[in-house]
Amino acid sequence: MDTDTVLWSRLLTGLTLTFHVIFATVGVGVPMMIAIAEFAGIRKKDPHYILMAKRWTRGFVISVAVGVVTGTAIALQLALVWPNFMQLAGNVIALPLFMEVFAFFFEAIFLGIYLYTWERFRNPYTHWVLTFPVVIGAGMSAFFITTVNGFMNQPGGFVMENGQFAAVNPVEAMLNTATPSKVLHVLSSAYLTGAALLAGIAAYTILKNGESPYYKKALNLMMSVVLVFGVFSALAGDVSAKFLAKHQPEKLAAAEWHFETESGADLLLLGWLNAERKVVGAIRIPKALSFLGFGDWNAEVKGLEEFPMDERPPLAVHYLFDLMVGIGFFVIAVALLYALSVWRSKGNAHSKRLLWLIVFCTPLSFLAIELGWFYAEIGRQPWMIRGYLRVEEAATASPNVRPLFFVFLLLYIVLGTLCAIVLRRLFRHNPAEAELERHLGKLSDQAGKVEPT
Amino acid sequence: MISYELLGIAVLWLFLYGYLIVASVDFGAGFFAYYARLTKRDHMINRLISRYLSPVWEITNVFFVFFFVGIVGFFPKTAYYYGSALLIPGSIAVILLAIRGSFYAFENYGSKENIVYLFLYGATGLLIPASLSVALTLSEGGFIAEFGTLVRLQYMTLFTSPLSWSIVALAIVSVLFISSAFLCFYASRADDQPALNLMRTYALFWSTPTIIAAFTAFIYLSQHNERHFQNMMGLWWLLALSVGFFMLGIWLLYDGRRYGLAFISIMLQFFCAFFAYGIGHYPYILDPYITIQEGATHESMGFALVIAFIGGLCLLVPSLILVFKLFLFDADYVKGKK
Repeated sequence: MDTDTVLWSRLLTGLTLTFHVIFATVGVGVPMMIAIAEFAGIRKKDPHYILMAKRWTRGFVISVAVGVVTGTAIALQLALVWPNFMQLAGNVIALPLFMEVFAFFFEAIFLGIYLYTWERFRNPYTHWVLTFPVVIGAGMSAFFITTVNGFMNQPGGFVMENGQFAAVNPVEAMLNTATPSKVLHVLSSAYLTGAALLAGIAAYTILKNGESPYYKKALNLMMSVVLVFGVFSALAGDVSAKFLAKHQPEKLAAAEWHFETESGADLLLLGWLNAERKVVGAIRIPKALSFLGFGDWNAEVKGLEEFPMDERPPLAVHYLFDLMVGIGFFVIAVALLYALSVWRSKGNAHSKRLLWLIVFCTPLSFLAIELGWFYAEIGRQPWMIRGYLRVEEAATASPNVRPLFFVFLLLYIVLGTLCAIVLRRLFRHNPAEAELERHLGKLSDQAGKVEPT
Repeated sequence: MISYELLGIAVLWLFLYGYLIVASVDFGAGFFAYYARLTKRDHMINRLISRYLSPVWEITNVFFVFFFVGIVGFFPKTAYYYGSALLIPGSIAVILLAIRGSFYAFENYGSKENIVYLFLYGATGLLIPASLSVALTLSEGGFIAEFGTLVRLQYMTLFTSPLSWSIVALAIVSVLFISSAFLCFYASRADDQPALNLMRTYALFWSTPTIIAAFTAFIYLSQHNERHFQNMMGLWWLLALSVGFFMLGIWLLYDGRRYGLAFISIMLQFFCAFFAYGIGHYPYILDPYITIQEGATHESMGFALVIAFIGGLCLLVPSLILVFKLFLFDADYVKGKK
C-alpha cells in the first residue's frame, strides 16, 4: 500500500481530532460548571451565580455547535478514511460507538430544553434539574468513546480466527483493561480544563476592567473546582501510569526513554538523545519510574529493547509526556497558591501576577489535553488495534486523502476563527454588570406584579 | 422470531425515515429563509423558523449520525464499501453539514443580518440532500468497481446516469415540499396568517414537482435495476397508498383548515413510498456486494445492539415527547409568548 496515503490519512484524522478535542473538552467540562453555578445561585439566592450560569450557557452553545460538526466529521471519517479498520473492528466496537450517539442524543435534547426554558418553571430547581441529563449525557458520551479508544490499546472480548474477529463479546470489549484508567483521566481533566477556562476568563476580565463582585465570585468558584479536579486528575494520571507499566510497557518505556529492563528504574525529565541514542541533559530522579509504575522503588520496569524494532513507538513521545505532566502540576500549584492567597487575605486583593498566572493556565490546560492525547495516540504506533491491526493496513487506498486534508484544514481554520469572533462579540458589548442590572430589574418587575395579589 | 439483522435494518430504516422528515424541515427552512430575504418577505417567516428550529437543530443532526453509526455497527461491510467509495462525496457532505451546523449558533448569537451566511444556509439546505442522496444511488449497484483491494466510485457512470440525477432532483423537491407543509402547520399553530399564506403557496407549488420527480425516478429505476423495480411493483398497494395520502394532503392544504392533518398525511405519503423502496431493496444493502444476511455483524453484537436500541429508545422517546410538548404543542411558546 502507498505509504504516502497512509501518512495523509493519519494527518487528516489527527487534524480533525486535534480540533475536535478542544470543543469536546469544553462540551464535557462546562455543563458541570453551569450546573454548579446555577445550584449555587438558587441555594444562596444570589443572582450573580444565576447570571453566571446563563452567560456560560450562551457561550457554551456556540462551542457545542462546533463540537457537533467536528464530531460528525470524525464519526464519518472513521469509515471514510479507515474503511478496513471499521470493517474489522466494527464487529467488536459497534456497541460503544452506538451508545455514544445515544448519550449524545440525550444530551442534545435536554440542552435544547435547558436553553429555552429559563423562565418557564415556577420552582427554580426544576430548571436546574435539567442540567443533570446534560452533564450525565456529556459524561456518558465521553465514557463510551473512551472505551473505544481503550479497545484499540487493549483489545479484548474476541477470538482471532483467520484474520477475522470471532466469538465476540461486546461488553467485555467495551470494559477492557484500559477503560477505567482512561475514563478517569479523561473526565477529571475535562472538568479541570472547563473550570480553568472559566477561571481564566474571569481573571482576564478583572485584569482588564478591575475587580467586580461578579467576576470575583466566578473566579473563587472556578478556582476551587480547578483545585479539586486538579488533584483528582493527577491521581487519575498516576492510575494510568501504573496501568501502562503493567499492560502497555512499551508506551511507558518510550515516554521515559527507558531502553534496558532494570529494577529501580530512574525517571527522566526533559533532556535529549544524542547520535548514539544516549540520553543527554536530562534530570534523573533515581528509582522514581519504578515507583511511578508499580508503587515500589525497586520494581523491575521493562525496557524498549525487549520489543522488536518495528513495534516501538516513536521516541519523541517523551516530550509530550513530560510537558503534559509538567503543565498538570503547574496548574495545581497555581490553584493552591490562589487558595492560600484568598485564605490569607480573606478573599480581598489578588495580586496581578497571580491573576496572570491563572490566565495562562487556560491555554496551558488545553495544551495539556492535546499533548496527553498525542501521547496516548502516538504512543500506540505502529498499531491501529494494538497487536492485531497495523495502521498501514487500516487506511483507505484512495489517493484523494491529501487534497482533503487541506480542505478540512481550511474548514477548521474558518470555523475556529468564526467561533472566536462570535464569542468575542457576544460578551464584549454585553458586560456582566449591565446584564445584571437588567436581570435584577426584571426580577423586581416580576416581584412587583406578584405582590398586589 | 424475527432475525436480528432484519430487525436491525428495519429500525435503521425507520431512523433514516425520521431523519428524512426532520432534516427536510430543517433544510427546506434554510432555503425558504434565503428566498424570502431575496423577495423581501423575510420578516414574515424568519421568526417562525428560528422559533422552532433553534431548540431542535442538534437533534436533527444526531438522527443522521445515529443512522450512520447504526448501519456501520450492524453491517460492518458497509463501512468498507461505502467508506472507500464515498471518501469525496462523504467529505463534501461533512463540510456542508459543518457550515450549516455552525450557522445556527453563529447566526443566532452573532451576525443576524449577514446575507452571505443566509446564502450559505439556504444553499447547504439544497446541496446536503443532493450529496447525501448519492449514497442511495450507489446502493442500486453499477456505480462501484472493485480492483483487488481498491474500491472505486465510477464518477463518469454516476454523473452521466439519469437515475442519479432523478434521485437528486427528487431529494431536493421533497425537501422543499415537506418543509413548507410543516411550516404551514407551525404557522397555523402560531396564528400567523401572513406566514401561513406564504408557506401554503410554497407547499402547493412544490407538490407538483415532487410527484413528477417521484415518477421519473421510478421509471429510471426500472431501467437501471430491474429486480428492485419488480419488487416494488409487488408492493403496488404501498405505492398506491402513498399516492392516496399525497392527494389527501394536497386537498387538505388547498382546503386550508386542517394543516396538522395535512402534514401527517404528507408524512404518511413519504412513509409508504420510503418503505416500499426499502422493502423492494431487500435482500441487498449494496447491490451486489452486501446482502442483509451476509453483511451482518456477529450474532452477539447484533443482539447487544438490539438491546441498546431498546434501552436507548426508552430514554429517547419520552425525551422527544417532552421536546415536542414544550416547543411544538405549547401554543404560548409557538406564538412567541414564552
